[in-house]
Order: sequence, then structure tokens, then C-alpha cells
Amino acid sequence: MSTPAEALPLGPARAGVAPRRIATATTEPTWVKWTLIAVALGFLTLFLFVPLAVVFVEALKKGWGVYLAAITEADALSAIKLTLIAAAISVPLNVVFGLAAAWCIAKFEFRGKNLLLTLIDLPFSVSPVISGLIYVLVFGLQGWFGEWLRDHDLKVIFAVPGIVLATVFVTFPFVARELIPLMQAQGTEQEEAARVLGANGWQIFRRITLPNVKWALLYGVILCNARAMGEFGAVSVVSGHIRGQTNTMPLHIEILYNEYQFAAAFAVASLLAGLALVTLVLKYLVERRVKALRQVAGERSE
Amino acid sequence: MLFSRTLLRRHSVLPGFDLALGFTLLYLGFIVLIPLSAAFLKTATMSWPAFWDAVATPRVLASYRLTFGASFAAALVNAFFGLIVCWVLVRYDFPGKRIVDALVDLPFALPTAVAGIALTALYAKNGWLGQFIPFKVSFTPVGVFVALTFIGLPFVVRTLQPVLEDLHKEIEEAAATLGASRWQTFSRVIFPILTPALLTGFALAFARALGEYGSVIFIAGNMPMISEITPLLIITKLEQYDYTGATAIAVVMLVAAFVLLLAINALQAWTRKRQGR
Repeated sequence: MSTPAEALPLGPARAGVAPRRIATATTEPTWVKWTLIAVALGFLTLFLFVPLAVVFVEALKKGWGVYLAAITEADALSAIKLTLIAAAISVPLNVVFGLAAAWCIAKFEFRGKNLLLTLIDLPFSVSPVISGLIYVLVFGLQGWFGEWLRDHDLKVIFAVPGIVLATVFVTFPFVARELIPLMQAQGTEQEEAARVLGANGWQIFRRITLPNVKWALLYGVILCNARAMGEFGAVSVVSGHIRGQTNTMPLHIEILYNEYQFAAAFAVASLLAGLALVTLVLKYLVERRVKALRQVAGERSE
Repeated sequence: MLFSRTLLRRHSVLPGFDLALGFTLLYLGFIVLIPLSAAFLKTATMSWPAFWDAVATPRVLASYRLTFGASFAAALVNAFFGLIVCWVLVRYDFPGKRIVDALVDLPFALPTAVAGIALTALYAKNGWLGQFIPFKVSFTPVGVFVALTFIGLPFVVRTLQPVLEDLHKEIEEAAATLGASRWQTFSRVIFPILTPALLTGFALAFARALGEYGSVIFIAGNMPMISEITPLLIITKLEQYDYTGATAIAVVMLVAAFVLLLAINALQAWTRKRQGR
């Protein structure tokens, strides 16, 4: 990235006598620099790197045999399956919502837009426990639809639909909030041009808008998926913890841990930690593309 | 038709406004607004003394003190170290910097239950870190603070980073030309520019910590009056089928969260203004 300062002949990037004097005036002494780096890395090591490492070390403490047995055991497999199902339903739902919300917010001027933006972000400020609780109040036996559901032999709470609903709630804003700023920066000219040239709404969306936002969409999906697979609090409230039936991976970890099966708990945890690392790598790769896109869009709109 | 006639400020040639907004509102209503309103409506049926009895018993009050206190302390630690981490990542070069930068987001990506058991194992009496610490961390309020520090870590770094990256070198050069020492330049010129973003990051970390459940319950020990956080108390009440009591406490936490959300929105507006946008 080139800052205006670097373009000037006196910029700190140029070698020579005068620039070096400026460089020392706007940078810290070497010992300060390395102390700060040491403090930062020390803090991150203590709070990030060591906790990550401990997951894998504890998982393999009793050898590969125990590790493989823990992740291929029937209850673990059913937990993995349920986690994948919950993510496979909630991520597409929130993608459709994110695209719809971004389309109306970014491409049109209407009253109440800021309120709508705040409401979309709302699930992020709700405690996971409360996210589960509100669905118990609506669909639980004592809830609004409790009796009706019981009479029709339908189960939401303590069953898969409740887990999916809670997951949809906690991952609600992820896709929308990645798409909205990019689509706002990109403006409406390209879509309008396509309209003038005779394209219909679906064609505009598929040929113009979607290709323009595909990286941001992917970015939102990655974040949404990571949260969907890892959610614990909200799912814990609505699941009922029925082994082999309504246990997701994070809940399975809790059960194993509370039964003092530490190696097994960490083995299942290592799968989720691996997922987190894959998420970070993908996020890093996609983030650079999205940043570049936003910059281009920003420059164009200026 | 309804939306485009009543809400649109400016006519647009683009199609799909009614459909998109209609779907957005429907989905928002069913997934978020109606279920959330259930919590408030349920509490509205309680009498005032009953509500007060549910949300202000000594055990609940102790949980507020722990939740708000530990969240505040964790956010404060994150603000301090987050500023240093962000400074180091933006201003300096060192080997492995890109990996470190990417790993800062780990608490966003790592499921809270995994973080919970990992931290508990680390800080247990015979754990990797616990054995060097003279006092108990796991199963005490200090453990709650450690877990909340972990999950709040990325917020300050990630809100400060774009602001620090955008900072023009010229103003620092101007300060140096005018005779300011490096520390004066930082404390009088750079820090005031970073303040709104730093406060935003602090508030975001604080808000996230208030509602946190998964990473805390493993390390906290969950002793009533001592190391029991408010979200856990909600779950305990639910397990005792005390739905009204659980909802009343939830409403208190929701109100706190919404107040914080407003504060964060105001801080973000201030950040943008300070950046001159």
C-alpha cells in the first residue's frame, strides 16, 4: 500500500541522510520496538497459542488409538452428523436472507433503513443462553405454541428443529453484514445499465450483482459456518442433551469432559479446533480479495 | 407494492425492492423479533415484587457482580494489550507476522466449548501454566476473567487496526518537526485519534463477555455466590422449570446488552467523525 508520505522525496522509505533523520523522529528507539513486540507476542502466546496447542497435545496424549476410537465412536459420529445438518440448513437460510437484506439496503434509499440495520445486528448482542431461551418460550411445552405442537405430535425444543432455529439465530447477521458495506460501496450504476439494456431482475442479480460480491459472500459463509458448527450456549438450552439424538459436537465435548473422559473430549475438540484453523486460513485468503474489492469500489464512487 | 409506495425515498429503475424487503422483514420478524419479544412479554405478566424477587436475590446479585466485574476487567486488559498488539502488527516487521495477524481472530473461530476445556486444562493446578501460578485460577473468579480475556481478545485489535493503518505519517512528522519527543507525539497526537476506536473495541469486548457462556462454565467451577456467572444462573433456573425467573434475569441482561449496543453505535459514529469521514 503506498501512502502519500512514501510518494514524497523526503518519505521514510527513501534511503539517505535527511530521510533517516526524519525516520528516527517518527519511529521508536529499537529497544522500545523490540520490547513492544515481546510484550505483544508474550500476551498472544499466553492467551492464544498455548490454548490452541494444548487442545492437540491433550487429544493425542493417550495415543492415536484412543484418539481414533473417540472420534469414530457411535455417539461422536451422530454428534458430527447433527452438527453438519444444523450448519447445512442454517447457512443457506442466512445466505438467502443476507442477499435479500443487502439488495434492499444497498441498492435502494428508503425510510427506516438505519433501524433495519440495527435490528439485523441485534442477535450479536444477545447472550447465546438467551438466544436459546427465547425459543423455549415460543416453542417449549409451556410456551406460546407448546400445546399446539404437542397436540400435533411435533417437537421443536429438545429436538433437531430447535437446534437449527437456535443456530440460525446466532449466525443471523454474518452474511448480511459482509455483503451490505461492499454492495453499498459498489453502487447501482452497473445494475442500472443492465436494466436499461433490457435485462430482467433475475438476470441482473445473477450476471452483475452476484459476480461482484462473490468473495464477500464466501467470506460471510465461512464466518457463518464456523459459528454454526461451534455454537454451544444457545444449542445447549434447546437440545435437551439426548445422547446420540440431539447432541452436537460442542455438546458432546461437554458430556465427555464432565465424565472425566478428557482424552476423548479433547479428541472431538481437536476436530473443531482444526475447523477453526481452516476457517482462519480461508478467511485470510478471502479477506485480501474483499479488501481490494472494497478499495476499488470506494475509489470508483469517490 | 406496499413498501415501494410508502417507504422509498427515491424512485429506482431496479426491480425486486418489495420482494427483498418483504422477505427480509418476514425472516427478521420470525427468527429474531417475535422470539425476542416473547422474553419481554413473559416478564410483563409478572408483578413488580415478583420480578424484583427474581432478579435481585443475593445469589443473582453476586452473579451480576462477577459477570460485570470480570467482563470489565477482561475488556480493560484487552484494551491495553490490544493496543500494543495492534501497534506491533501495523508498525513493525518481524518474522511470522502474517501468521500472528491471522491467528488474532482465533477466538472468533474457535468454538467456545473448545476454548473452555483448553483454558481449564492449562490453568488447572498441574496444568502447563497453572503449575507456575502460586494461586488457584481454574474454578475461581480469576478463571472467569481468563476465559473472558480470551474471547474478547480480537475486538480491540480489529477495531483499532484500520484506524491505525489509515493514520497519515505527515501528522507525526509535523509533531516531530515542531519539537515533540516520540512519547509526546504518541500521547498527544496519535492516542487521541485512536481513542474512539479503542473505546469501541473495549465496549465490544465488554458486551461479548457479558453474555459469554461456553468458555466460562468449564473454568469457573460454578460455585453459587462465588464463581457463578449470570448466563449460567439462567440455565440453572431453566433446569428447575422456573421459566419466569429465568426470563426475568434474561430481560435484565438483554436491557444491559441493548444499552451497550446504543453506546457502541454512538462510539462508532464518533470514530468515523474523528477519522474525518
